[in-house]
Amino acid sequence: MKKLFHFTVAVALLTLVPLAANAQCKGFAKKLCKVELYPYTHDGNYHAAVLTTGEEAELYKTFYSDTDYRISICGADNLPDIEFRIIDSDRNILYTNKDNNFSRIWDFRLEASQQLKIFVKVPAADGLPEEAKQGCVAIMFGFKEK
Amino acid sequence: MIVVLFSGCGSDKQKSRSDEIKLDETELDASLLDDVSSAKQIFYSLPSPLETAMLIKSAGATYDEELLNPVENTSNYTTNRSMALNLGIYTTDLSFASLFDQTQTSIRYMNAAKQMADGLGILDAIDNNTIERLEENVNNRDVIMDIISETFMSSSSFLTENERPALASIVLVGGWIEGLYIASNLVGDAPIEDNKLVERIVDQKLSFEIVLKLLEDNKDNSDVAGLMADMNDLKTTFDKITITHTKIQAVPDEESNVTVLKSESTVDMSLEVFRELQEKVKVLRTNFIS
Repeated sequence: MKKLFHFTVAVALLTLVPLAANAQCKGFAKKLCKVELYPYTHDGNYHAAVLTTGEEAELYKTFYSDTDYRISICGADNLPDIEFRIIDSDRNILYTNKDNNFSRIWDFRLEASQQLKIFVKVPAADGLPEEAKQGCVAIMFGFKEK
Repeated sequence: MIVVLFSGCGSDKQKSRSDEIKLDETELDASLLDDVSSAKQIFYSLPSPLETAMLIKSAGATYDEELLNPVENTSNYTTNRSMALNLGIYTTDLSFASLFDQTQTSIRYMNAAKQMADGLGILDAIDNNTIERLEENVNNRDVIMDIISETFMSSSSFLTENERPALASIVLVGGWIEGLYIASNLVGDAPIEDNKLVERIVDQKLSFEIVLKLLEDNKDNSDVAGLMADMNDLKTTFDKITITHTKIQAVPDEESNVTVLKSESTVDMSLEVFRELQEKVKVLRTNFIS
C-alpha cells in the first residue's frame, strides 16, 4: 500500500512539474520579455518553452510589408545568452544576433510580405553534461501602427 | 514592394513583368515549412487579432460595424469549438473597433470575448478589472491596445499551459478568418487592381500554410480535424494564386537601427479567383458564427 502511495505521488509530481515550469514561463515572458518590445505594441501572441542548454526551437511566421516589427527573444537568467537567426524561404540567413553581441531584440521592416523562420538556440554549456541548465525561453513580436 | 498581376479569366497569364525579375526569383511554396527539424519545440505563429486589425487599417480600410459578429450571438455558443472560434472572432472585432476609436463598441466586444473565455474555463484572462481599465482609458488608444494584447496573451497562454493547445489553435484560426472576412467585405465589388486591401488578402496565402501546419499539429483533437476539412476547401482557391519573390537583401540602417528587407513580390491571380476566395471566406465565417 505504501509503495502504491509513493508511486502515485511520483507520477503526480512528474505530471505537475512540466506544467509548473510552463506556467512560470508566462510570468517570465510577461515581466521580462514583453517590456523589451517597447515602444512597439505587443501583438498578443505567446510563444515560450522550457529549453535546456544545447536545445533549439523554431518559429514560423509571416511578416507583412510596410510594417515595422520588433522581435524580442529572451531566456531565463540561469541560461547563457540565447542565439537566434532569421532565415528566409531560400534558407538564407538574414540576421544572426551572434554578430550583434547576442542582442535580445531586432527591428526590421519588409518591402514585400514574407514567411520567415526564427531559429533559436540555447548554446551548449562548456562544462560537463551535468552542468546543463534548463529555463524558459520566450519569443515575442511587436509592431508599430501606421 | 509588391506587383500584382491580374490575369483575365481564360486568358494567358501576364508574364512580361515577371520576366523582368526572373533572376533570383523564387516561387513561394511550403518548402521552408517542410524542412526536417531537430528542434525541441516548433511554433507556428499566425497574425494575432490585434495585428490582423492593424494590417486591415493600415491598408486604408474604413470602419463598418455591420461586418462584426453581433454580440447578441454570444448565447448561441455553447460548445468548446464555437466558443474558441468566437473568442478569436470577437477579439479581432474588438481590435478592429478599438483601432478606429469606437470605444463603446470596444467595451461591448471585450464583454463578448470575456463570455467566450469564461465559457472555456479560462481563468482571470478577462475579468471585471479588465473591463474597468478599458472604460477608464477610452481616450488612450495605446493603453487599450495593451489591454487587448494582454488579455489575448493570457487566454492563449492559459490554454497552452493547461494542455489545451488544440483550443488555442482554434482561437487563432477564428481570429484570422474574421480578419479575412472583414477585409474581403470591405473590398466588395471594387476593382482589385492597385488595391492595398486586396494585396493584404492575397498575402494571407503565406499565413494559410501556417494555419494548416498549426492545425495538423493538433489534428488528434476532433474539433481541429473538422476544422481542417473546412480549411481544405479554402486551400483549393489559395492554390490558384501564385506568389513569387526576388531574393531578399537585408539592408541595416545604422542610424535608425532598423533593417530593411528589400525584395519584390509578384502575384498572379485572376479576378475570378479573387471572387471565389471572397465567397469561400464568407461561407466559412458564416459557419463559424452560426
